[in-house]
Amino acid sequence: MTDSDNTQSRQIDEMPETPVEHPFRQFVTMYMRNYAAVAGLLVFVVIVAAALLAPVILNVDPFEMVDVPLLPPGESGHLFGTDNLGRDMLVSIIYGARVTMAVGGAAAAITLIIGLSIGAMAGYYRGWVDEVLMRITEFFQVLPPLLLAMVLVALFSPTLETVAIAIGVVSWTGVARLARAEFMRLRELDFVKAARSIGGRDRRIIWLVILPNALPPLIVNAALTVGIAILFEAALSFLGLSDPNVMSWGKLIGDNRDYLLDAPWTVTIPGVAIFLTVLAMSLIGDGLNDAFNPKLRER
Amino acid sequence: MSDDDDILLDVAHLKVYFRLPRKNIFAKASRVHAVDDVSFQIKRGTTLGIVGESGSGKTTTAMAVMRLTPITSGAMRLGDTDLAALEGEDLRHARTRMQIIFQDPYSSLNPRVRAGAIVREPMDLMNIGDPADREGRVADLFRKVGLRPEQQALFPHQFSGGQRQRIGVARALATQPELVVCDEPVSALDVAIQAQILNLLRSLQDEFGLTYLFISHDLGVVQYMCDEIAVMYLGQIVEYADRISLFTEPLHPYTWALLSAVPSADPATRARADRIRLQGDPPSPIDLPPGCRFSSRCPFAEARCVQETPPLRSIRPGHAVACHLVSDDGVPPQRRS
Repeated sequence: MTDSDNTQSRQIDEMPETPVEHPFRQFVTMYMRNYAAVAGLLVFVVIVAAALLAPVILNVDPFEMVDVPLLPPGESGHLFGTDNLGRDMLVSIIYGARVTMAVGGAAAAITLIIGLSIGAMAGYYRGWVDEVLMRITEFFQVLPPLLLAMVLVALFSPTLETVAIAIGVVSWTGVARLARAEFMRLRELDFVKAARSIGGRDRRIIWLVILPNALPPLIVNAALTVGIAILFEAALSFLGLSDPNVMSWGKLIGDNRDYLLDAPWTVTIPGVAIFLTVLAMSLIGDGLNDAFNPKLRER
Repeated sequence: MSDDDDILLDVAHLKVYFRLPRKNIFAKASRVHAVDDVSFQIKRGTTLGIVGESGSGKTTTAMAVMRLTPITSGAMRLGDTDLAALEGEDLRHARTRMQIIFQDPYSSLNPRVRAGAIVREPMDLMNIGDPADREGRVADLFRKVGLRPEQQALFPHQFSGGQRQRIGVARALATQPELVVCDEPVSALDVAIQAQILNLLRSLQDEFGLTYLFISHDLGVVQYMCDEIAVMYLGQIVEYADRISLFTEPLHPYTWALLSAVPSADPATRARADRIRLQGDPPSPIDLPPGCRFSSRCPFAEARCVQETPPLRSIRPGHAVACHLVSDDGVPPQRRS
């Protein structure tokens, strides 16, 4: 290295810029390669569209009794038949999608907000903050989630808001642990130290430096959380612990459970609707996971 | 060190211990002595190198100087500022005066931020210069470190390792620092790129009057870059000298071993070198033996080396060594035997 003068110190690396595909494009390509995930996304889009457009395409009250009770599917122009009170099942399913998606989405959002805040603080600050927050998390983990949600809904009024909050309160622990692990990993990386040395404050480092890099596993988890929240909502309304004035899939199963043997479609159809929605969310989560980690999929 | 006004960084008796988790609640918490009573000074505009093997505490020293790792005790002064006592916003503002270049150019840049924004961020956060001029300054810094200003719009993954390290250098210079800590800035790069980055660092030092604390395990790099060199072993400085003295008259047996381990392309040098091969690994920095920390591997160790810890004593101006066996007139044990 003694004949350093020959080496041009200001010379630009000869390496040409590699034409790298835009990250988002690459993400979409990877997602599209997973056919199951594409199918899941299609199902999801159809359900969301039905939920959003319900009042436009079917301007009827789902609680209106339109025909004889327990008509089998296809009879008298009722595609999905009628339920125990003679209400059209198709209308109920479509209106039920509104509640299911709204509660599922809101509960997943609450889960993410609580879990992320607690996990981020614990993983970033470590020490006693971590100890206290993790003991609180463990406290929530050992409580039976469905029981706790039932107690919360029973204590407060059984409205959709309460149901969504109750589901969020019982299911944030997994997100908190995931966020904590990601923050603990990322806080040790040099670019986080660099952010501190160039004058970044804690709040900036947590939300603007670490969080964007911690998002991929959390987004995957959020998709799965929506599915779990939908199941929770169905369970609560099956048990009658939901708003009795709104139609939901769980409520349909709960109302018709006595007719399971005589009119199985009244229970099966909403059951299949729940199954398809949760399956779609799982497949979407799977596809997002592949798209975020293209290298893992190639193996 | 006659002119005290010239000293930019003065570190005295720096200690950094890491607490280990207790094995059970009755066990005494043990501590890793990562940096144990280290003192050094760097004159403005010069470069102090810290060399040592992995685990010698050289990177921890760098992180402590940057206040990126908590220090256990010791004093650090940057110019007339008491660096060790600063907290909160005062520390944040003092950070403009010292910046760091990291070892790994892949983990030191946020993958989600464009190169231009990475270099601009310090100016926005520290409120440096007129906001209207910042765009021009970023472009200027890109040119200074050998990148094209058009490359600002690219993301870090679109650059090569050497280019990424240049972005790291530009980011470090954005706050117009006095002290730049270089934590093994070239050890992750190809040899050809290493030379480019080292030359870049040297020309930037001349241009901006920078002071470097240069951490490395590569003696060739240190010889090329540094005015003074501290050799660290297990958290302590064992020898401290200017470049010429250290490379021509190494006193400590460990320094001797390090120098003799440098590979040479010249067969004559290779044949002449009376190479010292160290046996075994350094002892664990958790349960440190009394006496000289190097005694377990030192080929010249005597009884008192195991009993008494040798102090770092000055043999002649600018050359200090921590070894019982070096005589007061500076004759190392290797020459005597």
